[in-house]
Amino acid sequence: MLEIKNLHARIGDAEILKGVTLTIPDGEIHAIMGPNGAGKSTLSYVLSGREGYEVTKGEVIFNGENILEMEPEDRAAAGLFLAFQYPVELPGVGNANFLRTSLNAIRRKRGEEELDAVAFLKLARAAVRQLAMKEDFLKRNVNVGFSGGEKKRNEMLQMAILKPHLAILDETDSGLDIDALKIVAEGVNALRDEKFSALVITHYQRLLDHIVPDVVHVLAGGKIVRSGPASLALELEASGYAGLEVA
Amino acid sequence: MSMTTEATIQELAAQKYKYGFTTDIEMEEFPKGLSTDIVRLISAKKGEPEWLLAWRLKAYEAWLKMEEPHWARVHHPPIDYQALYYYAAPAKAAPKSLDEVDPELLKTYEKLGIPLNERAALAGVAVDAVFDSVSVATTFRETLAKAGVIFCSISEAVKEHPELVRKYLGSVVPAGDNYFAALNSAVFSDGSFVFIPKGVKCPMELSTYFRINARNTGQFERTLIVAEEGASVSYLEGCTAPMRDENQLHAAVVELVAFDDAKIKYSTVQNWYPGDADGKGGIYNFVTKRGACRGRNSKISWTQVETGSAITWKYPSCILQGEGSVGEFYSVAVTNSHQQADTGTKMIHVGRNTTSTIISKGISAGKSNNTYRGLVKIMPGASGARNFTQCDSLLIGDQCGAHTVPYIENRNSSAKVEHEATTSKIAEDQLFYCRSRGLSEEDSVGLIVNGFCKDVLKELPMEFAVEAQKLLAVSLEGSVG
Ligand SMILES: Nc1ncnc2c1ncn2[C@@H]1O[C@H](COP(=O)(O)OP(=O)(O)OP(=O)(O)O)[C@@H](O)[C@H]1O
Ligand SMILES: [Mg+2]
Repeated sequence: MLEIKNLHARIGDAEILKGVTLTIPDGEIHAIMGPNGAGKSTLSYVLSGREGYEVTKGEVIFNGENILEMEPEDRAAAGLFLAFQYPVELPGVGNANFLRTSLNAIRRKRGEEELDAVAFLKLARAAVRQLAMKEDFLKRNVNVGFSGGEKKRNEMLQMAILKPHLAILDETDSGLDIDALKIVAEGVNALRDEKFSALVITHYQRLLDHIVPDVVHVLAGGKIVRSGPASLALELEASGYAGLEVA
Repeated sequence: MSMTTEATIQELAAQKYKYGFTTDIEMEEFPKGLSTDIVRLISAKKGEPEWLLAWRLKAYEAWLKMEEPHWARVHHPPIDYQALYYYAAPAKAAPKSLDEVDPELLKTYEKLGIPLNERAALAGVAVDAVFDSVSVATTFRETLAKAGVIFCSISEAVKEHPELVRKYLGSVVPAGDNYFAALNSAVFSDGSFVFIPKGVKCPMELSTYFRINARNTGQFERTLIVAEEGASVSYLEGCTAPMRDENQLHAAVVELVAFDDAKIKYSTVQNWYPGDADGKGGIYNFVTKRGACRGRNSKISWTQVETGSAITWKYPSCILQGEGSVGEFYSVAVTNSHQQADTGTKMIHVGRNTTSTIISKGISAGKSNNTYRGLVKIMPGASGARNFTQCDSLLIGDQCGAHTVPYIENRNSSAKVEHEATTSKIAEDQLFYCRSRGLSEEDSVGLIVNGFCKDVLKELPMEFAVEAQKLLAVSLEGSVG
């Protein structure tokens, strides 16, 4: 369970999050929508511990732990995963090597046994197939020369392998073709169980056709200004965000 | 890396040295400083033939007339050459067992995954006491002998194969080539000699590591490798762990000679003491390495991973004489804290259709300075010559410097010279991306740096590459955050 209580955060002098309160119980999928610049990505970075984002007030409790005190890598080990809005390129770092290093770092932190190269490759190949990616994806360098959609799929590959408890998807649907959108949704749905939860940031209803959320929130001006059932997304698509912003 | 520890070791070593000189008569025969007498003494001590003594003396005379070069982008207090010892028995200062070695240094070895008995050897523990590899060395020698390969110390070679040494010593790097090469020629202590006869592919990777007797060859190492027609050899120099070493100045010379269709691959991993966090101490590494591709279609390939030393001054070069000969230089140079590296290569194209490739990766962290300095020279006769140069610099933090100084002299209009250079920083988003996937900050830096160096690391022999990867991570410890 993730509990965000009255979270305030700033970048430099600018206060971006101005009191976000939000609870995601285990097993639920919540969507966040909201205008450009509302602070959606900022929220995802604060949750995953990026440097340069100063929390001035509030707390974030993840499965009983105050994660704001934790390093990003420890949050990952605790089961948090962020699918980046803009995935980062790592020249010279092989995708398979990165995935395995990452998986084993997390397993080590959890006191689990590391996977050897053979066991890992089996796992990775299966995930690649499920995401309908080309197998040479594993051999290529992390996100280098990937198309926009391929980068997003690569995030989903990482998610499939790291099997987080809570996944934050920051506009993973942007830039995806229709087939890819379905595959990504399937990837999320495949992880769905009573323990797994997700925070899906999106601008479009079409993703939510495939990943049906339990709750939809609207983030505007650094606050959650409205929450409602899945149908709220449809309503927003029709009416836009006008009137929702708080001054 | 554990700077303070290394400093302690240096201190300890220095103390032992002091005692050595008051009590040890043998040491008194070799006082500080350099003179013709010292050169004679060294030569006599090694029982060298007259021609070699004459060669040393000539080098010494040349050295006296030369000036220390100052064109490199490195700074250091003046070196007092008369305050150095030019011949010392290293065993005198060696610890007797691992218990006498600083535990921090041993911890670093452990991190690098160095097996226990190797750690002892690296730490300078008197080798025969702990190192049970005499039998390994023997089988090794037998295999090589069967193939007709000569692999021994240069002192031994002077005794066993004087005609070969006389023929090739100084034939690539003449005694008076430069200040440090002249110094080395006058006083070289020992080093390796490799001779691969016609048509022989050396049956194993040769490494100084196996040649116990040539460890601790000290400040003035001399290496000579000759590959005859159609021969090939891969030679590994150095080790991936920090060497305990009390010498401040290192001036080595390496000469390679390749005849028709011969191939020499020379790989170095250098991780000597870089000095402490304030820039005190550390090795000055002034090295002259040069290979001559004398024969048609011969090939010389230098690969280096330089992470140690306070100052690195080093330009492994190729003289491409033979038609169609190939020169390669793959380099990773890492500087952290106050380290300074000025390194690169020279590719001299003499013959027709000669080709050279230069891939240089410089990584600077802390307050260090890292310079690539390279020369590509196309002589008038080198029709159809080609060079490709790629120089990439990676900066960690904002107090370090990276510099690229490429010189190109093209005197043949049919030649093609290409140069590409980039400078980048380890981006915050790359670090965060890795950390959000569970990697620690240090492992993230290690991964990104290894990715940056991949094109060079893949040129190293497999086992070496794995160790070099670990070494890069250890060298950059504490460089972020
Ligand atoms: N490094 C920074 N320095 C200053 N302001 C920043 C910085 N990063 C983000 N901001 C500002 O913070 C605000 C929130 O940005 P954020 O990326 O969280 O928005 P978003 O809701 O994800 O928008 P989008 O829908 O366009 O992705 C924006 O006004 C943005 O300009
Ligand atoms: Mg965003």
